[in-house]
Amino acid sequence: MRYLPKSPADREQMLREIGCKSVDELFAPIPAQYRLNRDLKVPRQMAESEIIDFFRQCADTNAAGYAVFLGAGAYHHYRPVVIDALISRGEFLTSYTPYQAEIAQGTLQAIFEFQTMICELTGMEVANASMYDGSTGAAEAILMAVRITGRNAAVVARSVHPEYREVMQTYSQHQGIPITECGYLENGRVDMADLDKKITADTACVLIQSPNFFGTIEDVAAIADLAHKKGALLVVSIAEALSLGVVKPPVEADIISMETQSFGVPLGFGGPYAGVLATKEKFVRQMPGRLVGETKDKEGRRGFVLTLSTREQHIRREKATSNICTNQALIATMVTIYMTVHGREGLKELAQQNLAKAAYAAGEFSKKGKLLFAGAPRFNEFVVQTKEDPHAINNRLLEKKTIGGFTLARFYPELGNAAVWCCTELNSKEQIDTAVQAVGQ
Amino acid sequence: MSDKDIKKATRHVNQNEGLIFERSSPGKKGYRLPPLDVPEVDYKKALGSAARPDLGNMPEVSEMEIIRHFTRLSTWNYAIDLGMYPLGSCTMKYNPRVNEVVARLGGLAEAHPYQPEKVSQGALRIMKTLSDCLLDITGMDAITLQPAAGAHGEMTGILLIHALLKSKGNPRKKILIPDSAHGTNPATAAICGYAVENLKSNANGMVDVSALAAQMNEDVAGLMLTNPNTLGIFEQEIAKIAEILHQKGGLLYMDGANMNALVGKTRPGDFGVDVMHLNLHKTFSTPHGGGGPGSGPVACKKSLEPFLPKPVVIQKPDGTLGFDYNRPQSVGRVRMYYGNFGMHIRALAYIMANGPDGLRQTTEDAVLNANYIRKKLEGVYELPYQSGSMHEVVFSDSIQAHKGVKTGDIAKRLIDYGFHPYTVSFPLVVHGAIMIEPTESESLEELGLLVDAMKSIAREVDEDPEMVKSAPHTTRVSRLDETAAARKPVLRWKP
Repeated sequence: MRYLPKSPADREQMLREIGCKSVDELFAPIPAQYRLNRDLKVPRQMAESEIIDFFRQCADTNAAGYAVFLGAGAYHHYRPVVIDALISRGEFLTSYTPYQAEIAQGTLQAIFEFQTMICELTGMEVANASMYDGSTGAAEAILMAVRITGRNAAVVARSVHPEYREVMQTYSQHQGIPITECGYLENGRVDMADLDKKITADTACVLIQSPNFFGTIEDVAAIADLAHKKGALLVVSIAEALSLGVVKPPVEADIISMETQSFGVPLGFGGPYAGVLATKEKFVRQMPGRLVGETKDKEGRRGFVLTLSTREQHIRREKATSNICTNQALIATMVTIYMTVHGREGLKELAQQNLAKAAYAAGEFSKKGKLLFAGAPRFNEFVVQTKEDPHAINNRLLEKKTIGGFTLARFYPELGNAAVWCCTELNSKEQIDTAVQAVGQ
Repeated sequence: MSDKDIKKATRHVNQNEGLIFERSSPGKKGYRLPPLDVPEVDYKKALGSAARPDLGNMPEVSEMEIIRHFTRLSTWNYAIDLGMYPLGSCTMKYNPRVNEVVARLGGLAEAHPYQPEKVSQGALRIMKTLSDCLLDITGMDAITLQPAAGAHGEMTGILLIHALLKSKGNPRKKILIPDSAHGTNPATAAICGYAVENLKSNANGMVDVSALAAQMNEDVAGLMLTNPNTLGIFEQEIAKIAEILHQKGGLLYMDGANMNALVGKTRPGDFGVDVMHLNLHKTFSTPHGGGGPGSGPVACKKSLEPFLPKPVVIQKPDGTLGFDYNRPQSVGRVRMYYGNFGMHIRALAYIMANGPDGLRQTTEDAVLNANYIRKKLEGVYELPYQSGSMHEVVFSDSIQAHKGVKTGDIAKRLIDYGFHPYTVSFPLVVHGAIMIEPTESESLEELGLLVDAMKSIAREVDEDPEMVKSAPHTTRVSRLDETAAARKPVLRWKP
């Protein structure tokens, strides 16, 4: 086996030195009736070339090289080549969690830079080292709000990503945290009157998404006012991080939970991605997840360490803020490199391109169908309602190597034949025109 | 201090590098966008009051500086590619490069999670094939690949137990957890709404079966057991343990963190486990990446299958693969989409590179390596439990503590010898634990170097304990002030 660095003679020598006749003696602690006396039913040992062939075949039966108009929480953006060049370095790729700070300063400094950039982008005071993804991050944000306020319920907007809401439900139900949902208006924004009714003295937080699942940018300040007036916190979930290139960050929020996939992370059929929580300094001790802090060594040199770990499971066990251990460090490093490549001007320029593509596409689509939620600003997603079932449209598009918008009927039956479409810098005018044509057929 | 016995490492120059923000200045660029092929939109007009004025202190640097910056940072890390990571419980094995190549194939890396199933057959086939492999490896009946990491898998598994018991009328109140368990176990039980009850180990470092029998009652939903446990000891009375739980209607959860000791040699499903998670980033070679991403599939017995997170991958009547969302008894979702698919690809590539013979040999080598280290260091370091070791061995610092040197000091000195430290102060049942897991990836030569280093440090403890206590001496930073970091946290750069 090519990954194993021992010769038969090495093994024999080691067994001799241990004082064993055969390796089976080392497995004697396993009761005989439970020892497996057959080969595992897994594919036979393969050559590297065969492995590549297998996965290439799999890749070829997936949609490769298609034009993509799907967003809905996962966004196709261009990934600068320096990202993979850098994160493929073994020192990033094959290092462990940086508990031993003296020999992990590379990862620690990169994460410190990640935390800083997330703060700059979101307008929050502190950010953690990452969460599994946006959906679990949002669920953990609710639990965090419960710890901070001592209240025990949450109100979540129906315009939050449906799968995020399912994850929140899974997380909160066992802690006895009821989640109520609040509706949306004709313009796609949170229904303030409904929200007003839903917030009670037991509401720990209101959780919204902006841009929301329909692509609509919420009036965060107004929602924050309402939540705060009633003693609840505001959690804002951001699924499309690139929106922050042009959209004012939701600084009125108490906690921001962001999915960072847009920043250089491959779509990868849904993962791995990286979430992140950002909040105010005063709430940091209730925040889950790892944190990197700056400090000094014995000679006074700057260095970085994992800090405030008394919040975490390996110290606090059942009293920890969360059970999270492994996070998404390498993905956070990808995101940091992406943010560095584009920086202060590039993120804005890129976000402007996304906005322009979506505006053009929405205009064209509105000639063939009805553009829903037109009354509020959008970023790179928009909802089109058609006479025909969007599945039929999407089937036609597949023949043109195009993947159409996300059909909303499963989660929002009240919207009828509607789909949410996404246009990024990777959607050319030609692709958009092709898609619009298929809608009109 | 003398470096005469340090054979594995030599000091060399590495580059200094500030924070990226300290390199930034207006007008530098690391990107170039293509021209816009649709009409420009004035975003301030389009967004109105929602428009952002500027992006604050986000960096402005050139591509060349980005490459140097992150390359320099990378050289400050230790990594499995550089040498052995004897971290107990972490299974720091070789991360094959073919895994990285196949995970980046266009049709896989660029697949959108919502693209139609008919153009996702390749991705589904990977998930299905991996699932089938993991089911045979564990001896279980059903599986979900959705959990994003080990602790996330634990949560999923405990939710399954909760759901099954609830469907029978009573989800129960408590989870039993041995005192040797990982911290994630009690934290998991707590977030699933269970009270945690500690279970004492016996003198052999195993579950005290009579204590378990006494503590087991109709209030207990289950036991979370790591097997081999965190002392590297196989729970020999595992069948009895399962029986005690099952008799009173409880379930046996296995933390699969130490599965590297078992693959191809025995199967948890055969010895009474009802539900378990696997760490693809441990046993199945997906890279740790400085702390993630991981992946924590959960495998279970038939009785728990209806409760698995949705969706599950199924074969449809027409032979194609698809997702089944119609799972009325499901615990729900634990993550959006289908889990860390990129890690599923890598784990399957690892299994294919090994085959049944390679997986078995891997396990045997992992156990052989741990026992070799045990044999060579026994007596130099105290071995608190005499039971046979599987894939890892736990010593204690009790001999060295007489000189005032603790496990953490020895670990830091190991850095000077060119090794990553072993796991320090864990498991909690051993005072001053020195927990070593070599994995199968280490050659006889590398093991010899570790043994020599540990022996040499033991001599240094006798001759010059202060030098050991102030280690490491060769790193770019010396011991960092963690107390100050926690007392006045500086969690971001400010201009």
